[in-house]
Amino acid sequence: MALRTFATRKTLGALSRFPQQLRGLQTFTLPDLPYDYGALEPAISGDIMQLHHQKHHQTYITNYNKALEQLDDAIANGDASTAVKLQSAIKFNGGGHVNHSIFWKNLAPTKEGGGEPPHGSLGWAIDQSYGSVEKLIAKMNAEGAAVQGSGWVWLALDKELKRLVVETTANQDPLVTKGPSLVPLIGIDVWEHAYYLQYKNVRPDYLKNIWKVINWKYASEIYEKECP
Amino acid sequence: MRSAVDTSRETPFRCLSVDMSWSSSSNYLCISTSSSSSLISSNELARFNRLACESERHRGKCQDLNRPTNIFAYNSLKPPSFKFDKGQRRKDHVLKKPRNISAYYSLKPPSYKFDALEPYMSKRTLEVHWGKHHRGYVESLNKYLEKDDILYGYTLDELIRVTYNNGNPLPEFNAAAQVWNHDFFWESMQPGGGNLPILGLLQQIEKDFGSFSSFREEFIETALTLFGSGWVWLVLKRNEKRLAIATTTNAVTPLVWDDIPLLSLDMWEHAYYLDYKNDKARYANVFMDHLVSWNAALARIARAQAFVNLGEPKIPVA
Repeated sequence: MALRTFATRKTLGALSRFPQQLRGLQTFTLPDLPYDYGALEPAISGDIMQLHHQKHHQTYITNYNKALEQLDDAIANGDASTAVKLQSAIKFNGGGHVNHSIFWKNLAPTKEGGGEPPHGSLGWAIDQSYGSVEKLIAKMNAEGAAVQGSGWVWLALDKELKRLVVETTANQDPLVTKGPSLVPLIGIDVWEHAYYLQYKNVRPDYLKNIWKVINWKYASEIYEKECP
Repeated sequence: MRSAVDTSRETPFRCLSVDMSWSSSSNYLCISTSSSSSLISSNELARFNRLACESERHRGKCQDLNRPTNIFAYNSLKPPSFKFDKGQRRKDHVLKKPRNISAYYSLKPPSYKFDALEPYMSKRTLEVHWGKHHRGYVESLNKYLEKDDILYGYTLDELIRVTYNNGNPLPEFNAAAQVWNHDFFWESMQPGGGNLPILGLLQQIEKDFGSFSSFREEFIETALTLFGSGWVWLVLKRNEKRLAIATTTNAVTPLVWDDIPLLSLDMWEHAYYLDYKNDKARYANVFMDHLVSWNAALARIARAQAFVNLGEPKIPVA
């Protein structure tokens, strides 16, 4: 957000190279995928990955940057009503950027461990809460298929209660809108753009197949960091 | 109490013209409906049931009036399957299968062929959008209605209002509303559509939006700034007696606010993804330029004027 410090204003002239940092506003750029677009075949086609990353995620980032700039201006001018009006655009586009950044890390080609079930403390916690990884997957698939319209289905860790929950969010709402202490471990995009070209309207097939490329290692890392 | 008559879709004549005929195997009663209304509410099906059984009784063969005949709507999803054994003699009026009503609402096809909207909406999109999505909604609505009869006896419009439950929708709402929305959407498009509206509709648009081009711009901008899945509508607001552009999320329709929709644009991704991928702007523009059916909108606003007084039309004086 706008890092408006007194120091920034003083160094007005010195930082002429980075006009955004001048105003203390950081813009966001599209993160690279750690794998090729086609590396997740046949679970997710290369076309979908390319469109999803280069078009959809990029659009969220572009619009997020735009909304942040407008918010910056509104705050500078003391325009409270515009600042509040922009909140929905920020939640949508910013949420889209946050969610998709997590999503790319949640996926991995089978060669690099995608689909391999979790070991260690996360695996143990899943067995405790859900019985088995298969049962968790079945629950997440059921909730994902039941999402009306667009949204996400999450496996989350409640930091305070130290337990795993399965949640769904609508549109691009980030997981924290469902609970401030929720940390996303695995998120699956069930917007139609995530699967339509390949699976058409059969969302359950997409959900069944995506588990073959889910990166449980990343989820385990996050879990171990929060629950050592 | 305000009447719940559907002003936007059905013809003024609510009763179906049906043509009941015995199928050749005589096990099934085929109801073919006229083009106006394909939505057969269950009390009407029950009526046909009774009539079918009565006519059977007249022929002296069927004594059991409580077992309803197998009834299929003519253009429903599952056509009756006739299995003819070569050696079997056709035994009229001997009903072998358990009889039950198999469809409450049927899937109505668009009034144009699937490839009629090319190149603006491909045949493939229509095949999947109508054949899979719309059909899926009809099937799930029928499945919900099979469970118990608490929601019987409503027309589709009434069903939508009832299941919307004033903002706390019942599970059937999504299916019912999406069936209605998609029927409305197919009728809002036509091959060779686009151009400008004419007559009173154009006058009303100019009155409420300033000019047609500013309406068009506002409509497209609304479509592009919709977050997530939803619909964009041109509605006639009943209370304010003027046209407006409305957006709804997921399955909601302006019917639930008692407004009268005139046009809709499906902004769910499945409506445009196969043709335009993520280029919503091109899709919205193409819809306005080549697909929108102003004839349908004109018919709808003409009907709506029976319920909303829009004042005197401006007739140019010579």
